Amino acid sequence: MKIKNKSFRAFESKNRTTQLKEDAIRYLLIVASVISVLTTFGILFSILFEAIEFFKLRSFVYFLTGTQWSPGIEDSKFGALPIFAGTFVITLIAMSVALPIGIFSAIYMSEYASDKVRDKIKPLLEILAGIPTVVYGFFAAITVAPLIVTICESIGLEASFNSALASGVVMGIMIIPVISSLSDDVISSVPDSLRKGSLALGLTMSETIKSVVLPAALPGIIAACLLGVSKALGETMIVVMAAGLRPNLTMNILEDMTTVTVRIVDALVGDQAFDSPATLSAFALGLALFVVTLILNIISVYFIRKFKEKYKVNSL
Amino acid sequence: MKTNKKNNPFYDPSLKKRHASAKRFKYFALSSIIIAISFLLFFLSDMLIKGLPALQQTYVQVEVTYNKKSMKSARQSIDRKLRRVVSRAAIREIPRQMQNDPQLMNTTKFKWILADDQVDQYIKGNYYKLKSKDKNKVDELKEQNRVELRFNSIFFTHGDSKIPEFAGIKSALIGSIFTLLVTMAVSFPIGVMTAIYLEEFAQDNKFTQIIEVNINNLAAIPSILFGLLGLAIFINIFGLPRSSALVGGLTLALMTLPIIIVTARAALRSVPDSIRQAGYGLGLTKIQVVRDHVLPLAFPGIMTGSIIGLAQAMGETAPLIIVGMIAFIPDSPSTITEAATVMPAQIFTWAGMPERAYIEKTAMGILTLLTVLISLNGVAVYLRKRFETKW
Repeated sequence: MKIKNKSFRAFESKNRTTQLKEDAIRYLLIVASVISVLTTFGILFSILFEAIEFFKLRSFVYFLTGTQWSPGIEDSKFGALPIFAGTFVITLIAMSVALPIGIFSAIYMSEYASDKVRDKIKPLLEILAGIPTVVYGFFAAITVAPLIVTICESIGLEASFNSALASGVVMGIMIIPVISSLSDDVISSVPDSLRKGSLALGLTMSETIKSVVLPAALPGIIAACLLGVSKALGETMIVVMAAGLRPNLTMNILEDMTTVTVRIVDALVGDQAFDSPATLSAFALGLALFVVTLILNIISVYFIRKFKEKYKVNSL
Repeated sequence: MKTNKKNNPFYDPSLKKRHASAKRFKYFALSSIIIAISFLLFFLSDMLIKGLPALQQTYVQVEVTYNKKSMKSARQSIDRKLRRVVSRAAIREIPRQMQNDPQLMNTTKFKWILADDQVDQYIKGNYYKLKSKDKNKVDELKEQNRVELRFNSIFFTHGDSKIPEFAGIKSALIGSIFTLLVTMAVSFPIGVMTAIYLEEFAQDNKFTQIIEVNINNLAAIPSILFGLLGLAIFINIFGLPRSSALVGGLTLALMTLPIIIVTARAALRSVPDSIRQAGYGLGLTKIQVVRDHVLPLAFPGIMTGSIIGLAQAMGETAPLIIVGMIAFIPDSPSTITEAATVMPAQIFTWAGMPERAYIEKTAMGILTLLTVLISLNGVAVYLRKRFETKW
């Protein structure tokens, strides 16, 4: 037990100047911790106010449901549906790469691998997490995209050099460590008594994992997936470098598509006036991104807490 | 065997199948690890193959005439047939050389001069765009041993350039250092103070809970939204100079804050309570205990976390693009309010260049960035190992 505030009153100094100094430092510390709260509100309000400016100029309903996005100077239209669709498709591709590989890697590391092997593999996966995203973007644009075009040509398909597939796959590789490390922590903290009970009943190792360990760890694994999804939605550099700029409402993953983050970067890098609808549209898209990732994060925190309460783990 | 099975009451006819399926499952899990690691290896070897050629650059030996004509128009100093073979940037330097060294006037010398980027690509065996006339000239020079590959020192001593063979990473490196200095100067004290407050002083009330939930959320917000914050608040409201290291550093500081808070809290938590109680027993005040005893013991852990946060900030690009740090910066910035660029942003700019020569520059830039990041992480691991105390 730590000595908390109530008891610490007993250790107050009787010297007035010392006490004054103590109080000053305490308030300084409180001010510092308020800054983190201010940052979140700063992000929320700075995006919200500019987004409201945008919706004063353009229709909110058309923004959510319109299928035309053309932020030119004349006759500009801001229907973000194709952008949301592109983001969704690329996220889906990324998750279909990251989810199986991430979860099965976590299963291998926590259930099968010896400590020695685990100590060697974990840092390797952490390298994947430490590579800057701009590097992944270059890899997607220069190596993976041409590779996909060549492969598709050889089987008679036509693929774009900015295909959603290339950026999705590379984004999936980037997300593997996010999913594997959290899932690994969760699976490792499932109590060993569950495993031993199942093995004693004569179940094989894989049956134990499938029908006992994974169901127990499910809330944590769901949390890991949601974090992965929110990471994929907010990922910028890979899609800016490897995906297209054209809002394209299609399910063909070999065509080029655009995402929310690409359009934000595109709207803010140009030289337009700051109060033009084209620039302000970036903040409207940013608001959508903020709301969705915040909700995903809150749900994932909820699942983690549920898991912690169920098995009384404190280390997560 | 058959009788054995019949008499065995525990014999399960599906056992063989179940064991096979267990084995399959294990190999499936193993193969997904192997896939993940082979991605990493494929990626690293791809970068090495693409980037290492940029360590060398082609030089050609040509005759340079120093006279009044070439003082006025530098192109005149080199034989017309060879002009397209040498780098434009190198030719531009010639008048300055003559100013620095007046003795060169009216002489003709054989000098090794940086070759054009297309010649460089041709010598390295990549895709090139050379007129057949120029290509023959290069072949001719090569036969006379007048073409040489040398170590590319320009890459590390020059800033960005529109001429590929003359582009370097120095100005971006300096920009990165300035930006990260601002980041650390802001986020380290605030982060550590927040951690001390939450870990040592705060009671468990609504206020503390709000701060904690906030820190968790802050860590999960996509980095590009921090860029929007930087643009809307630091640039538009406070009027700080766009594309400067100051704005970039402040934006990154807000992003690094949660990492530093979380790791610093863990470090403080690992200091055993007996240390605190001994301090109180001797009559120290709360602040004296924290400042003189808890903080020094937790410091290595705090440093490790901060370095990891620093490494993450160093690789971040998206928010810096939004606050305009992708300007073309040929000269290194000298203050934090000047326009600057950072290494990842420089990589992004080069990746968008149409010339083939920039691909190897980009890959080399990536290798440089990765080297810096890996050494930072190495320092963090070393600190953790060196000062780790088991209580």
